[in-house]
Amino acid sequence: MTDSYLLGVIRFIGLVLAQVLVFNHLNILDTVNPMIYILFFFWYPIQENRTVLIGVGFLLGFSIDLFSDTMALHTAAAVTTAFLRYPIMRFVFGVNMEFQNFRISSSTRVQQYSFLALLIVIHHLTFFMMEIFSLSNLLLILKRVVLTGVSTFVFSVLLAALFSRRKE
Amino acid sequence: MQRIIDFILRNKNTLLFALLFIISLFLTIQNNDFHRSRYFNSANWLTGSVYSTSASVRGYFNLRQEYEKLLEENRRLNSRLFNLPPMDTITLDTAQLDYAVLSGRVIKNSYVEANNYITINRGSRDSVMQDMAVITSLGILGIVEKSSANFASVQSVLNSKSNINAKILHTDYFGSLTWNQKDFRIVQLEDIPRLETPPMKVGDTIVTGAMSSIFPENIPIGTIEQFSLNAAGSLYNIDVRLFNDMTNLREVYIIRYRKRPEVLELENDVLNDG
Repeated sequence: MTDSYLLGVIRFIGLVLAQVLVFNHLNILDTVNPMIYILFFFWYPIQENRTVLIGVGFLLGFSIDLFSDTMALHTAAAVTTAFLRYPIMRFVFGVNMEFQNFRISSSTRVQQYSFLALLIVIHHLTFFMMEIFSLSNLLLILKRVVLTGVSTFVFSVLLAALFSRRKE
Repeated sequence: MQRIIDFILRNKNTLLFALLFIISLFLTIQNNDFHRSRYFNSANWLTGSVYSTSASVRGYFNLRQEYEKLLEENRRLNSRLFNLPPMDTITLDTAQLDYAVLSGRVIKNSYVEANNYITINRGSRDSVMQDMAVITSLGILGIVEKSSANFASVQSVLNSKSNINAKILHTDYFGSLTWNQKDFRIVQLEDIPRLETPPMKVGDTIVTGAMSSIFPENIPIGTIEQFSLNAAGSLYNIDVRLFNDMTNLREVYIIRYRKRPEVLELENDVLNDG
C-alpha cells in the first residue's frame, strides 16, 4: 500500500520535471511540445478512489502551469482527463475491469494504446479549446492539436515501454 | 436535508470536477486581461529555483558563444566610445543619469506559446520592478511584468499582449509593435500612416521610439521584412525580423528609467484634469 503511494509521488515529481525541463524545450517543427505528463493518468492504479484522482489531477496540472506560465490551461485539461478517465476505461476495457485482479498490463496492447490515445484526445481537446479564449487563430490551433497529439502519443508510448514493469 | 446530502455524496466526483474546472477557467480568463498581473507565474521561489538550477547546468554548454557575443558587444561599444566627440565635463554622479542598467540571466525561456514569458534571475531584491525594460546586446526582449524576491517574469515581445512604441530609424514615424503569434522570428509594426512615398524600404532598421517611459530611444528591434497597406488603406502593416534570436537567450540587461514616476504622475494629472 505505502509502496504504491511512494511510487505515485515519484511518478508525479518525475513527470513534472521531465515535462518542464525536457519536453517543454523540444519544439519539434518549431511549435510542438509533447505533453507526456498525461502518462500519470495512464499509470495511475485502477482501483483507486476517483475523487482523489481528480484532486491529484488538479495538482498535477497546476504544477505544470506554474512552470510553463500557461495560466490554468494545463489544470483544466488535467482535471477533465482525471474526471473522464473512468468512463474511458469502461469503454475500452469493458466488464473486465470490474474484476478485483484486473491490471492494465494484463489487457491487450490494442486496448492499452486506445486507452492512452483517448486520454490524449480528451486532454488536448480541453487544453486547446481553453486556449481559444486567449487566441483568435483557429487554424493554428487545429494544426497544433493534431501535431501535438501525435507527438504526445509517440513519446508516451516510448516512455511507457521504457518504464513498464515486467510482466510476471 | 437528508436528500441533499445524499445527492452531494452521490455526485461528489462530478461536483468536485465542476468546482475545480471552474476555478481553472476563472484563473485563465482573469489572467487574460490586458495588463492585469498574474497571480501565479514562474517567478515564484519554487519554480524559480528549479529553473535556475537547471540553467546553471545548461549554462556551461554555450559559454563560448556567450563569450563571442560579449566580445562583439564590447567591440561595438568601444568603437562608439572612441569616436565620441571630446567632452569637457563628465558626470560622475550616477544618480543624475536617466537610465540605470542591471545585468541578469535568463533562467527560463519560451517562444512557442501564444503568450510567452521569460523568467530572469533578478528580482525585487535587485530592485527589479514591474514595467522595466529588458534587452540583450542585440535588441529588445520585453518588459518586466512581475517580480518576486529573487526572480522576475518578463513579458516577451512574443506575447499577444505586448505593445511597444517603435519607429523607423532616423525618422520620427512611429507605431506600435505587436505580435501575431505566427512566427517567433517576425513581429509586426502597426499604425505607421500612409504617405505619398512610403517612408521606409525593405531592410530598414526599426528601433524603439521616444514615446515610451519604459524603453530608452533607439534600442534596436529588427529590420523590415516586408510591408503592405492595411484593409482600409490608410496605415501600413510592417513585418519586422527581430535582431534577437529568441530561441537562444542568456545574458540580458534590465533598464530602469529613473524619471518614469515623474512622467506617470504628470500623465495622470493631465488625465484627471481633462
